[in-house]
Amino acid sequence: MAVLTRQAPPAPAPVKVRGVLRRSGLGWVFIAPFVVLFAVFYLGPLLVGIGMSFTDLRSTDVADPLAVDVVGVENYLRLMNDGAMHRAALNTVVFVLTALPLTIGLGLAAAVLLNSGIARLPAAFFRLGYYLPNVTSIIGVAVAWKFLLEPEAGLVNRLLALVGVDGPNWLDDEATALPSIIVMTAWRSFGFDMVVLLAALQTIPKELYEAAAVDGAGRWARFHAVTLPSLRPVLLFCTVYSSVGFMQFLEEPLVMTRGGPLNATLSASLAIFGQFGVGNYGYAGAASTVLFTVIVALAVLQLRLGRRR
Amino acid sequence: MTRTTRRQRLVVHLGLSLGLVLVAGPFLWTALSSLKPEREIRRDPPTFWPETWTLGNFAELFGRVDLGTAFANSMIIALVLVATNLLFCSMTGYAFAKLSFRGKNLAFGLVLVQLAIPAIVVMMPQFVLIARLGMVNTFIGIILPTLVTPLGVFMMRQFIADLPDELIDAARVDGAREFRVFFTIILPLCGPALATLGLITFLGSWNNFLWPAVVAQSEDMYTLPVALNILNGNEGTHYNLLVAGSVVVIAPILFLFVFLQRFFIQGIATTGLK
Repeated sequence: MAVLTRQAPPAPAPVKVRGVLRRSGLGWVFIAPFVVLFAVFYLGPLLVGIGMSFTDLRSTDVADPLAVDVVGVENYLRLMNDGAMHRAALNTVVFVLTALPLTIGLGLAAAVLLNSGIARLPAAFFRLGYYLPNVTSIIGVAVAWKFLLEPEAGLVNRLLALVGVDGPNWLDDEATALPSIIVMTAWRSFGFDMVVLLAALQTIPKELYEAAAVDGAGRWARFHAVTLPSLRPVLLFCTVYSSVGFMQFLEEPLVMTRGGPLNATLSASLAIFGQFGVGNYGYAGAASTVLFTVIVALAVLQLRLGRRR
Repeated sequence: MTRTTRRQRLVVHLGLSLGLVLVAGPFLWTALSSLKPEREIRRDPPTFWPETWTLGNFAELFGRVDLGTAFANSMIIALVLVATNLLFCSMTGYAFAKLSFRGKNLAFGLVLVQLAIPAIVVMMPQFVLIARLGMVNTFIGIILPTLVTPLGVFMMRQFIADLPDELIDAARVDGAREFRVFFTIILPLCGPALATLGLITFLGSWNNFLWPAVVAQSEDMYTLPVALNILNGNEGTHYNLLVAGSVVVIAPILFLFVFLQRFFIQGIATTGLK
């Protein structure tokens, strides 16, 4: 930004010639690459996907679209009676409801500690360290965690053995598979919330805390009365951003458990990916349409609730 | 911020350090394990520090899967996407920030809509489209959908909107064409934003899994995450190979990030808040 201040002396009376531009469609030339790509690769596919969900399209029909029949809401009815899909939906809900508070809670705790007056250099060091899992490939991380949780050679069970505990076969046990993936996700994701929350914490005026202290508010009361309300918009952003992402979790179970054992870690996206893989395009389209609707509805609901007050 | 006593400060540092051990532990354990022979990985009680240092796992891994090609593929795709995103996102961002034209608000709405569309939802129709265009198993097929990303457009618009109008107006009075204004005045001032966008794009492309996994169908087209996932499927219990593969995928990005993190964390903090 230093560059800007040097190059932009305060102009006495800026000459406004914006009117010249109105008559040209030059703006559209500048945004053309984006608009074309959006229409062809996002809006089109979104609509086609919804359309596909009312047909019996299979991968083998792609070369010959005439063989496709319209089947109405049959795919949606099938969805309502599909046990695996129900399990996937349930797992996704459990995943979001647990990973979300865990991730934001860890992010908030880290941000508050980093903002509690420790020196700049260690603070930057910790911030970098906590953020690192966030930038790494999910496939790479999932493979590393699969090794960490391996029943015999894995670090977790070996550490447990040191204190005399016989650790479970984490990823192969219905009771522990999904919780393991949830913990891994929180481990990988909280750094993002930390960075965003820390930036917001640093903008809270010190006077607010001083005033609260003068009024006799203790540490916890100050957190409640000053910190949390000031962070409200950012917490809302983190909630919406993370829930949209978590609703789509797929790579973690794909690499670590393939959705097993007995669908215990099958997610909505992974189930759709599976249907896509076996060529059931129409059915997968119906499931994605439902997922998309739920994600958008959830985001809208969160924004509504978060803004009200 | 309240005055903290020395003891409170100690507790905070201890807490943060413990957190760091938990965060870095998995990486460290994976990296150290990749340098141990397979026998030592399986030995009980475990060794923390490798007793025998070896690069054998990596040698075996590269013999088993063509990771060299996958590495090159990931690099080519990421660099092409960085170039196209820097150009197109800043062009689009400039138009949204500084030009007025009919339908601008509507067009900007599209950026937000695209941000909200989940990848899995459009993946199948995108694949059908790519298939009909004959682009399955090609670089262009992998690259096309993320040529311009909405997050990048959003970021560049925020940044360019803060540049003073007077600069542009002065150049326009001089008779400079809009494209010249963009390339000679706007773009040179976007350095920090372009650095952030470049890094975000590189990371996103390098780590992207789903779409490359669908489009790339033969080993010579695999990107690193795709190759690692295949390896995971075929050699699911050969942990010496898996940890080595994990290191090959993760390590370059960690190094890159540690050196360039200041651009990134600033970018996250500002796009997240604005």
